[in-house]
Order: sequence, then structure tokens, then C-alpha cells
Amino acid sequence: MLTLEAVSYRYAGATKASLRDVSLALHDGEVLGVVGRSEAGKSTLCLVASGLAPRTLGGTLTGRLLVDGVDAAGRAMHEMASEVAIGFQNPGTQLSGVATTVYEEIAFGPMNLGVARDEVLRRTELSIDALAIRPLSDRDPDRLSGGQQQLVAIAGLLALDPRHLILDEPTAQLDPAGTRLVSDAIGRLAAGGASILIVEQKVDLLAGVCHRVLALDEGRVATEGPAENVLADPALHALGVAEPSPVRLRRMAREAGIGPAVIERALVGVSQEVGDA
Amino acid sequence: MPDLAVEGLVHVYRQGGVRAVDGVDLRIGTGERVAIIGQNGSGKSTLVRHLNGLLRPTAGRVLVDGVDAASRTVARLAHTVGLVFQDPDRQIFAGSVRAEVEYGPRNLGLRAAELRAAVDQALAAVGLENEARTNPYDLGASRRKLLALASVLAMRTPVVVLDEPTTGQDELGVHRVTSVIEQARDDGRTVIAISHDMRFVAEGFERVVVMRAGRLVLDGPPEQVFRREAWDELASTYLEPPLSAVIGDRLGLGSTPTDASLVRALASS
Repeated sequence: MLTLEAVSYRYAGATKASLRDVSLALHDGEVLGVVGRSEAGKSTLCLVASGLAPRTLGGTLTGRLLVDGVDAAGRAMHEMASEVAIGFQNPGTQLSGVATTVYEEIAFGPMNLGVARDEVLRRTELSIDALAIRPLSDRDPDRLSGGQQQLVAIAGLLALDPRHLILDEPTAQLDPAGTRLVSDAIGRLAAGGASILIVEQKVDLLAGVCHRVLALDEGRVATEGPAENVLADPALHALGVAEPSPVRLRRMAREAGIGPAVIERALVGVSQEVGDA
Repeated sequence: MPDLAVEGLVHVYRQGGVRAVDGVDLRIGTGERVAIIGQNGSGKSTLVRHLNGLLRPTAGRVLVDGVDAASRTVARLAHTVGLVFQDPDRQIFAGSVRAEVEYGPRNLGLRAAELRAAVDQALAAVGLENEARTNPYDLGASRRKLLALASVLAMRTPVVVLDEPTTGQDELGVHRVTSVIEQARDDGRTVIAISHDMRFVAEGFERVVVMRAGRLVLDGPPEQVFRREAWDELASTYLEPPLSAVIGDRLGLGSTPTDASLVRALASS
């Protein structure tokens, strides 16, 4: 369980806080989606929840981050790293830069945490298969396309088998099938008891994988609740968040004077496809 | 005005020997809006980097306005083709937003009032008019991406190439990118964009080109590329049709690649 208690955070040199009085509880086995317009504080929340801010980034934090009930402030970075994994927005930032093949890159994280060799190999194989990147395994990570790098970065996170995982737009550069593989992998990880916080602009993905969704606005929690309620809330639009596909279709049909029965019939079966509740 | 012609293009990366583009023929007319879609690693970015000479063909050629791009320097090609990278941090270097946007058009010879106008217009187009003095790295990732777009817009090139322009953009950002493309069309400019956002592609482009393993496998208007008969081909390159196309097919309404076309079909059915 990951808990933020009344957290406010200001970057070093910044005049105003990027997060204000944010409280949240992320339970084991739960996926929490975070939405909001650009610069609402989503990436900052990722940095704070992973313990990187203020520890390595400087800045000023008030309130507390608790990892499984223990205050993160008193813990060493290597301890934090073995408990909370973070996937950055830019896969270039994520890749180690020291591995010469994709296979080594994925194995690098668990090796670094001192996981036994057999287990490292097992996890590396599983992660490669989960994201269908076997054909890339001998390639140089630096010489992949942007989307391929993103898949490799996520495979590296899966290989950590983290108890807590923070993901900042993990599918931004992925094709639709890659996005689905990542979404499935997140679901499996959560089913295994991990708690996952995911920032995404792709609301259809969030609708499919999240239990709860939290919207940020100017660093504050604007709304929070079950995914299907929050994502269907028309008020979300005012916070700069796009509508999920079924919500958008219902609205457009209504505006065109089409009766609700017609559009609901059209949407039958779509629920499973895009996870609309 | 420039026509673009790619003929028998092959690109093999020297390091690693990956055959990223494997025999592409493509002709793009002036003022067309063309989306390029396909699996991660299918050669989309490699293909477009030949249009402004950043990459040179291993075999085949690229004609810009009838002239072989091989005979032109990157600086010369920059007058015709502006390319916005997927990752803005590969492009941004100046100390202020304004200086960043000025760099390109200044290099093309714009000065004084003309330069000011080009920069102001580009900044306004992406909603950064109030950030002219801001350091680019004080902007969040999505606004840095819009800044990179503005820097290329300000060069007023007849051809604009956008590599995944909507990635990481919130709803307003996507709307801004869409408006920029519409404005470019109204100005008679050619727009080529790589994207994984099928809704954005179906709604904003009159022609969609699908790549798989370095080759073109489909080429046509959204109604054709996203119709039922093409779904297997799309799946072979890890793509899925937009939701509206799936619903339209199931209800026997024909090809409905956009929400608007689906709603129209529903209203008249």
C-alpha cells in the first residue's frame, strides 16, 4: 500500500507549489489512473510517489509518503528502489545506457537489486513474452524506434516484479496492439497484488484497466472515485480530459437527435472492447 | 509547388544492419494531408527523415519538386520540408521560447517585421504566445512538444512533417495540433504526420498510408483503409480500426471511420 498524506511539493527554484495538499491511498492489487490537463501536476505526483522528489530532485515537500505504512523520508534510496518502481515519460531517460542488447537491458534492473541469476533469467523471459518483443532481444536498445524503446523500458519494469509501480504515460508512443499488451500486463501485475499508479492521456486505456481514477487540477485533487463514474463525468471535460470513446459517441448521438435506445444498441458488446462499464 | 516522390527507397542502418525501409514507392501531391501509420519499428520515422535529407537512401531516391534530394544539402531542403521530431528534446536548444522559434526562419533569411510576424503567428497557433520569454525547459513535456511544432511552423515551409504530434497532449493540445493542420491545409501546405492515434488519423487526414516491416501495405482514404476488408491487413501491423468503424460494420452501416460518420449513418438508418 502506498499512501500520500496531505502532500504539497514545490520544485527547487519554483515560485509556486506543483502539488497542493494531495492525499491518496493506493491499495495492494489496485490500479489508480491519474488524469488532468498538461502541467496539472501528474508527472510531479509520479516523482513524489516514487520518492525521487524531493530526495534526488531537491525542492520542498510537506506531508508524508508512506510505503506499506513506513515513512519513506527515513529510508535509503536503494531500499525505496526495491519497493517502488517508476517508469518515466521519456523511455530514453529510463534505459540504463550500459546494456548492449535488449535482453541485458531488461535483466539489468533485477540484477542490480541482487535478485538470484535463475530468477533474473526467468523474469526477463516472462517480460519479453508479455510484450512480444522477442525479435528485438539481441538488438542495441539505443538503436530502436521510439515505440520499441518504450516497450523495452516497460519490460524492464515488469522484470523488477515491483510491489508498487508508478507509470508516467507508459503507452504514449505505442501502436494499438502494444498498448493492449501493456494494459494486459498491468492488469496481471495488479491481480498478483501489486499497487499501480498510472498517468495517461488515453482514457480508453484507463477505462479498461483502472479501478479508480483521480483527476488533478493545478496540483490539487479535483475529483476521485470509481473509474467508470469519474471517466463518464461531464465535469471532467472542464479539467482538460478527453471523453472515453463510448461517452463521446453518446454525446454526439444525443446532439444529433438520435434516441438513447439506438446508440445503446450500437454500443452493446463495446463495453468489453474498451472497458466501458 | 513541391511534389514529393519516393522511388524504390531502401534504408539499411549501418550499425546493426537493420533494413528499416525496404522498397517504398510513394507520391504525395501538393496540399495533401497524409497520415502514416504502422507497428512500432515499421520504418515510419526512417521514411520521413529522407524527405528533408536527414537520412540518405541506401538505394532508391527521393524527389522534392522533381529534383533528386541527394543533390541538395539538408540546409537547402529545409526551405521546403520542415520536420518536427517525435521527441522535442532532440530539437530544442535555445534559452527562451522566442529565440527557439526564431532560429529556423532567421536561418532561412527572414528579418525584422517579417521574422517577428512569422514567430508571433507560430506561437499563437500553439498557444504559447504568453511564454515567449520562458526558458523552454521550464515548460512541461507536452508544451515543449508544441514549441517544437511552432519552431517548424515559423519556417513556413511548403511541406510540414510531424512525427507523432499528439503524443502526450491533453485534449486542448490535440485540438491545437488539429487546428494547426487545418490551417496548413487552408494555406495550401502539404502535411504528413506519423501517428498511432486512429481517431486523430481518421478525422484529420484525407489519405492514410499503412507500413509494415519497411513496406507500404495500404494506401487510401480513411473509409478505405479502415473498412472491414482491410482489418486483417491492419492487424498484421499491430493496428486496430477506430471504434466507430467496428460499430458501423457490426450494424451493417458501411465504412464509418469517424464518430461523425457513424452518427450520420445512424441518423439516416
